[in-house]
Amino acid sequence: MSGGPRLAGGDFLRFVPALTLVLFLAPVAAGLVGTWLPAFGYLPVLGGERFTLAPWIHLLAQPGLGESLRLTLLSGLLSTLVTFALVVLLLAACHGGRLLMALHSAMAPLIAVPHAAVALGLAFLIAPSGWLVRLVSPWATGWNLPPDVATVQDPNALALILGLVVKELPFLLLATLAALGQVRADERLAVARSLGYGPVTAWVKAVLPAVYPQIRLPVYAVLAYALSVVDMALILGPLTPPTLAVQVLRWFNDPDLSLRFTAAAGASLQLLVVAGGIALWRLGEIVAGRLGRGWIAGGARGGNARFLRAAAAGPVLLLVTLAVLGLVALALWSVTRRWRYPDALPSAFALETWARQAPEAGAVAGTTLAVGLIAAGIALVLALACLENEQRRGLTLGSRALWLLYTPLLVPQVAFLFGAQVLAIQTRIDATWLAVVWSHLLFVVPYVFLTLGDPYRALDARYARAALCLGARPARVFWQVKLPMLLQPVLLAAAVGFAVSVTQYLPTLFAGGGRFATLTTEAVGLATGGDRRVVAVYAFLQALLPLVAFVGALTLPHLLLRPRHPALDRAPA
Amino acid sequence: MSVVDLSQGLGLALRQLEITLRQPRGPRRILGPVSLAVPPSEVVTVMGPSGCGKSTLLAAICGTLPPALAVSGRVLLDGEDITTRPPEARHVGILFQDDLLFPHLSVAGNLAFGLPAEVRGRRERRQRVEAALAEADMAGFAERDPATLSGGQRARVALLRTLLSEPRALLLDEPFAKLDVALRARFRAFVFDHARARGLPTLLVTHDPQDAVDAGGPCLQIDADGSLPGSSLSGDRPAGRDNRPGGLS
Repeated sequence: MSGGPRLAGGDFLRFVPALTLVLFLAPVAAGLVGTWLPAFGYLPVLGGERFTLAPWIHLLAQPGLGESLRLTLLSGLLSTLVTFALVVLLLAACHGGRLLMALHSAMAPLIAVPHAAVALGLAFLIAPSGWLVRLVSPWATGWNLPPDVATVQDPNALALILGLVVKELPFLLLATLAALGQVRADERLAVARSLGYGPVTAWVKAVLPAVYPQIRLPVYAVLAYALSVVDMALILGPLTPPTLAVQVLRWFNDPDLSLRFTAAAGASLQLLVVAGGIALWRLGEIVAGRLGRGWIAGGARGGNARFLRAAAAGPVLLLVTLAVLGLVALALWSVTRRWRYPDALPSAFALETWARQAPEAGAVAGTTLAVGLIAAGIALVLALACLENEQRRGLTLGSRALWLLYTPLLVPQVAFLFGAQVLAIQTRIDATWLAVVWSHLLFVVPYVFLTLGDPYRALDARYARAALCLGARPARVFWQVKLPMLLQPVLLAAAVGFAVSVTQYLPTLFAGGGRFATLTTEAVGLATGGDRRVVAVYAFLQALLPLVAFVGALTLPHLLLRPRHPALDRAPA
Repeated sequence: MSVVDLSQGLGLALRQLEITLRQPRGPRRILGPVSLAVPPSEVVTVMGPSGCGKSTLLAAICGTLPPALAVSGRVLLDGEDITTRPPEARHVGILFQDDLLFPHLSVAGNLAFGLPAEVRGRRERRQRVEAALAEADMAGFAERDPATLSGGQRARVALLRTLLSEPRALLLDEPFAKLDVALRARFRAFVFDHARARGLPTLLVTHDPQDAVDAGGPCLQIDADGSLPGSSLSGDRPAGRDNRPGGLS
């Protein structure tokens, strides 16, 4: 008999979680079905009336499919493994240190930078005629012409792997840092150290086994993303043949409509590749766990690992530097008039590229901004409503719900977007704002929810209780107590949502029916063969918008909330 | 102890209040059953070791129990059954160990938050806030950020905020525990004086015996397992008719 009466007035909240789930899981489920059916020959609008294995046979007969699979698995698994190893190495070696804090704050903004901008920045750096070569040529290398080696779009996808590691490292590092607090890593480490374990060994033996289950889903999300990435692969990956996801996209875009069936089969294969990749990783977890338990039971203490501690930060520092330099390169190119190889810097600067692109880039940026703000706004409302409902009803989010939340991040985009597009065409909402915003929401909602959930649940519940006992209704408590106290995390979650929306490439392409231009689709579209200066303008804008959103989210609370009175006017107590 | 005849129903009364944890294998008792009466202007103290459910008892009275906990029995305030009312409609004020002043609001903002919306007009509301501050020797503190106040000042503002919400009963959840000793005695007197001056029935939970002595009212004990085996005021002072304070029923 308790609890019930407090819900009065907030009943509509009860339906929000279900609504949210339907809103962002239904399109994924429907899209998967809508892709698997044509994969087996069924797509009446294109004349596929009966089930057949022909699309699969045609798919498997494609020359280069084996190579595409090799590239996909190589880049996906290796980049995830390297990212994970770097995170573990860095945290084990620098736990709680000042260096880690510095790296952390340097990396946080990088999370906001879209994949395509990172990839383009890297390409501008490491290409044979890129900035890095220019900086050391010809005085150190003797290269008066760009060297004839494929450093970008190389046949083993090494550039793509580098790009993926640069982009996913900050995400996984922040996710792990957040998880460390939950497993009371400091205490575990202190206990292990007091038992005589060296710092790195102590971390790997006493902290990692506890923290890994907490970051399993983020790791899977990184793996799934790396195995199915399209925008980065278009810029950094090999193109003849490309990775599977890019090849599938080509088939989907082919003027020959019969290739849609092959594409659908390829998209379904992509899903199997990701599922297999995750299964393989899981197997690796089990084996590593077995071996690890024996290793831990062995009792080896490990040394003070001075060398490892000094060396661990090196690669991470290098990667962060590359990412930042890449962004600087984008900025430089966007204001370049002339930058002849092998000059280290442009010989002439001009704002003419900006001036020339201003009308179109402005419109495209406007679209990007609008879609991002709407998607982030809707996601924020849904997440807040779900969390408030959870608190009023005293629910706790189970691990199954967390898996649901991660579903859109684990299922490869290319595996369900075609089916979703067919559905959108049938309901006549394709190429509309509704379709584009909705497609972005599939990815914006989970990220906003994941960002906001912890701080929302961490707010001392007694504030709300005190407010209720002062006679404030739950709605007033929400608006006047919780929301202002959580302003910072709420705005940060909104900024994350906005950044995720800006990043979306494939959803914009499919849901927008190719008629919806955002900074991301333009930057990626221009990347191959475009004028570097024009590409730089779009990529720079693409990186700038989320960064501005983050800066805004960090500074607005200080302006909005009442200014703190200086201690000077403090009267004696 | 009962100066006022409780049959008239004035004050706060708990009848057979029992709190259980809903579990798949059947409910588990957390606290009670407890029956007690707190007449207006009186302070009843509940003592017990930490973890015995003292705060849970108060949460049941003011309606903020987590949904996993179920309550049976009745909470009566001035004769009305408030057991199923939402917390905001109970008119039961509570002070916690921490002041819980809202950090995003000024002192005046915090106090105005407590003031009922029925008090209309910006000037009228402002006057009420100023008057309350003056009463606590804190005139001129209205625009201050709570973070700039001393511990004692924050505690006083928290009490003022609760009193401004015009409660008909006051619950104290160890509100003195975090204050240093000298301050504790002064704030304790401040709280009890204000509660008595308004005729509020006051229920104090604490594990500090000095609190109970200063409260001057009856005192009952909760065991670690949430039972109330009689009370310190057994028999020697007649309690309300069917509401022997602390009586196990």
